[in-house]
Amino acid sequence: MQAVALTKQVTSEGAPLLILDRLEFSALPGESVAVVGASGSGKSTLLGLLAGLDVPSGGKVFLDGIDLFALDEDGRAALRGRLVGFVFQSFQLLPALTALENVMLPLELAGATHARDEAAAELERVGLTQRLSHYPRQLSGGEQQRVAIARAFAAKPRLLLADEPTGNLDSVTGARIIDLLFRLNEESSTTLILVTHDDQLAQRCQRRLHLENGVLVGN
Amino acid sequence: MNSFALALRMLRREWRGGEMRVLAAALVIAVASVTSVGFFTDRVGRALKQQANTLLGADLVVVSDHPLDADIEREALRRGLKTAQTLSFPSMMRYGELAQLAEIKAVSRNYPLRGELRAVPSNHAIGAYPASGTAWLDERLFRQINAKPGAVMAIGNSRLTVSAILTREPDRVGMMFNIAPRLLMNLEDIPATGLIQEGSRASYRLLVAGGADSVESFRLWAAPRLKRGERLESVADARPEIRAALARAERFLGLAALVSIVLAAVTVVMATRRFMARHLDNCAVLRCLGARQQLISRLYLYQFLLLGLAASLVGCLLGYAGQMVLAQRLGSLLSTELPLPSLLPVVQGVLTGMVTLLGFSLPFLQQLKDVPALRVLRRELGAPRSYGLLGFILGLAAISGLVVWQAGDARLGAYVLAGLGAAIMAAALLALLLIRALSGMRRQAVASWRYGLANIARRAGNSVAQVTAFSLGMLVLLLLTVVRGDLMQNWQSTLPADAPNRFLINIQPDQLQPLHDFFRSHNVVPPELYPMVRGRLLAVNGKPVVATDYPDERAQRLVEREFNLSWANRLPEGNQLVAGKWWADGGSGADRLSVEEGIAKTLGIKLGDELSYGVGGAVFNAKVANLRKVDWDSFRVNFFVVASPGLLERFPASYITSFHLAAGQEALLDNMVKAFPNLTVIDVAAVMDEVRSIMERVAGAVEFVFLFTWLMGFTVLYAAIAATRDERVYEVAILRTLGASRKQLLLALFAEFAGIGLLAGLVAALGAGGTGYVLSTKILTLPYAFNFWLLPGGMLAGAAVIGVAGVAGCYGVLNQPPLQAIRDYG
Repeated sequence: MQAVALTKQVTSEGAPLLILDRLEFSALPGESVAVVGASGSGKSTLLGLLAGLDVPSGGKVFLDGIDLFALDEDGRAALRGRLVGFVFQSFQLLPALTALENVMLPLELAGATHARDEAAAELERVGLTQRLSHYPRQLSGGEQQRVAIARAFAAKPRLLLADEPTGNLDSVTGARIIDLLFRLNEESSTTLILVTHDDQLAQRCQRRLHLENGVLVGN
Repeated sequence: MNSFALALRMLRREWRGGEMRVLAAALVIAVASVTSVGFFTDRVGRALKQQANTLLGADLVVVSDHPLDADIEREALRRGLKTAQTLSFPSMMRYGELAQLAEIKAVSRNYPLRGELRAVPSNHAIGAYPASGTAWLDERLFRQINAKPGAVMAIGNSRLTVSAILTREPDRVGMMFNIAPRLLMNLEDIPATGLIQEGSRASYRLLVAGGADSVESFRLWAAPRLKRGERLESVADARPEIRAALARAERFLGLAALVSIVLAAVTVVMATRRFMARHLDNCAVLRCLGARQQLISRLYLYQFLLLGLAASLVGCLLGYAGQMVLAQRLGSLLSTELPLPSLLPVVQGVLTGMVTLLGFSLPFLQQLKDVPALRVLRRELGAPRSYGLLGFILGLAAISGLVVWQAGDARLGAYVLAGLGAAIMAAALLALLLIRALSGMRRQAVASWRYGLANIARRAGNSVAQVTAFSLGMLVLLLLTVVRGDLMQNWQSTLPADAPNRFLINIQPDQLQPLHDFFRSHNVVPPELYPMVRGRLLAVNGKPVVATDYPDERAQRLVEREFNLSWANRLPEGNQLVAGKWWADGGSGADRLSVEEGIAKTLGIKLGDELSYGVGGAVFNAKVANLRKVDWDSFRVNFFVVASPGLLERFPASYITSFHLAAGQEALLDNMVKAFPNLTVIDVAAVMDEVRSIMERVAGAVEFVFLFTWLMGFTVLYAAIAATRDERVYEVAILRTLGASRKQLLLALFAEFAGIGLLAGLVAALGAGGTGYVLSTKILTLPYAFNFWLLPGGMLAGAAVIGVAGVAGCYGVLNQPPLQAIRDYG
């Protein structure tokens, strides 16, 4: 993963507002990187750009050597499905689907033939074998986040993006989720990029990127 | 991936959310409404097609209002065709002391050529048709006179033995309007009765059947030889009156059913908008997980297709059940067994359901596809740009297309669309005004009611939709029940108590004095007797009258028919001169005519025009001296055309009169028919009863179709409830934390929905009353008395039903734990 002169500028009340200013950084396979900074420093914007959810005003992002923004919206979606996994603060499970079906979804979207077995195996890795046919509403917050992590790893992504993954959890559950996240990261040698306010969590990453007003101040 | 399987799985889960059920309910009702009409008219149509020659009793029929030339039958026989003759006319029959009006039908050998007569005892025992000297009575007549087989009854100057009960007569099927029961007899017995004389009103039919080619060549031979008053009925155009009635029923009931479709579209818009809003996050996640836009479109399209198909098919099943109700109410008017329907109505129903669902949901589903994936990180990104009214163009065009198709012609379709649009706009506008007024009243209300009423005003858009939907359904139901009854009663109350209730026709000139004396001897004031000569309008100002020259259907029928002409010295009582002058008493010697203004307008006859009439073989000409206005509701004898004295006396005439027979004087009639066997007495009350019973059945069928419209109001209600559910959960939670009791919350909900129902009832009652007023004063020209109970009754009924239904729909909201609700929806 490589970001080159990544810039995002929006117009706010008539005046241009620079959110990210020519960011340059890269991350290697198996590496874990924490993005830290105050609220409004541009962390979420960066995450959105790295995933190709948003379009930059300038600069490039390469995933596995592919120029993300040379693709169209659907092309980026397909690339995302193949290479990128997500873990969100608010879990973002589909309420209409069971735990198993939620994990199957990215596999099915990628055209996997044994989606059900792979998804079940993934849920076993996060310790939810007993919860396969439960709906998100029937699961606790920690369990929901574990389903989300299983879903994120199901498609064997090269890059895992996590947005405040413990933000909605108590500290004990949060710690367990973090352990799980790092364990899986090591096992599958995925690049992990993690946005957080939590210093403890940031300390566990191999590298920390410090953002301040859209500028990278520490790496 | 298998997006269809995923869609199916999602649909199964979505079913728990409110929108899918509301959508399904709306489609089921709309499709049921359309297909119940579709199945019924399809069955009648198939009956007509399959039984066309049975309904005719032949392959081809020559119908005439005078005896046919013998050449015609000879020619048919010469071509190897089979023939039979029938003659029908109304007449009195007597049995013991009883006199009863009957529709006499006299038939020749071979009748019927197609289909069969059925009778009890069976035909084998008694022959295929009534033998000379015998008569078959239908069940109604049999019951009315309480006769027994073997009884002897009198018809005119003859006596006939009742030999069987007639149970089925092929070519009588579908006689919507029978003023009298049937008596079937042998044609050979007619001369002896003395009932058929010059000028008698009777229908002569020559039935022809045989090989298709021979029938066709005979038709080609006969067509150019037909005289006035004669026409051909073939299998292709058999029973035009039933076909016309069917076409009208199909058109009218079909359009009535479409009102449900329009409301279904409203439901689809409300429910799908909410569905879209709830699924924005889902779609953003799907996009995030790598789903292409096309896949998202497909996922939701499949769900909606599946839902639409399933709901439409259920609707068809319900429609099939519904058509039985229509068949029971209207089918009995046809008195024929209806065949099973074809599958065409299913196609029609599914098509209608899908068009309604997709036409009004696709714009929202398109919005789902456009959702930015970034929404997973930034919730504050709202819904994608809406397609606005433009998105619904397809749906609106489809519905307009359905209306025009159902109406059968573009102009009528456009009128219906405009009328429907105007009705909806008027109801919506009235609803909006009333909602404003109601919210002004809430200051005076107690807490729960104030809160409930405030909700109506706050969700004004939703409230207007609900009030409009309910009021349209209720308006029609009120119109068909309360207002129809009122109109009937108003009309009856305008008739004086001693209005004539019996018509007496077929009085011969030599019976004038004896009849006068008869009334005298029974202490009844002898009514005035009017002479009647039957003549045909041949020319106006020397220009021959040809039916096809008139665009108006009624005008065509009028000129085809023979007129009843009369003559008089003075302007008939109850008539009013509107143009020209009445002739001097005794006549000025000049031949003059007085024409009723309505028919003059229909036929384009003006003051001073010279009309030529043919009576028998003779022709006379006379100028129109004046135009009259006639009060047709008076039950007096009235004529379209009255001549000055001296013009018609040379022609054979019969006399006609009407009089009031007081209750308890029925014996007078029996005596009269005994003394004057050729007279025909028509009981106005009996005719009115028959008309009323037909009206009730037709109104019942229309009511049934509009019941679907009313039910559709509930889907709009539930769509609105589902749309506001999250809001309500949150509000109820807040109210709970403020200390509101369950009872207070229930009361607030009831206040809101009862308020909606009250307004809907008010709009419906005003609409029904207004329509009743217009119908009454403009079309029926009757004074209209507004029913006092219409307003409070409509409002109370609306408030009670919708109040309870609304509370039931929201009940689940009260059971959410407040804290969770605030967390979830705050």
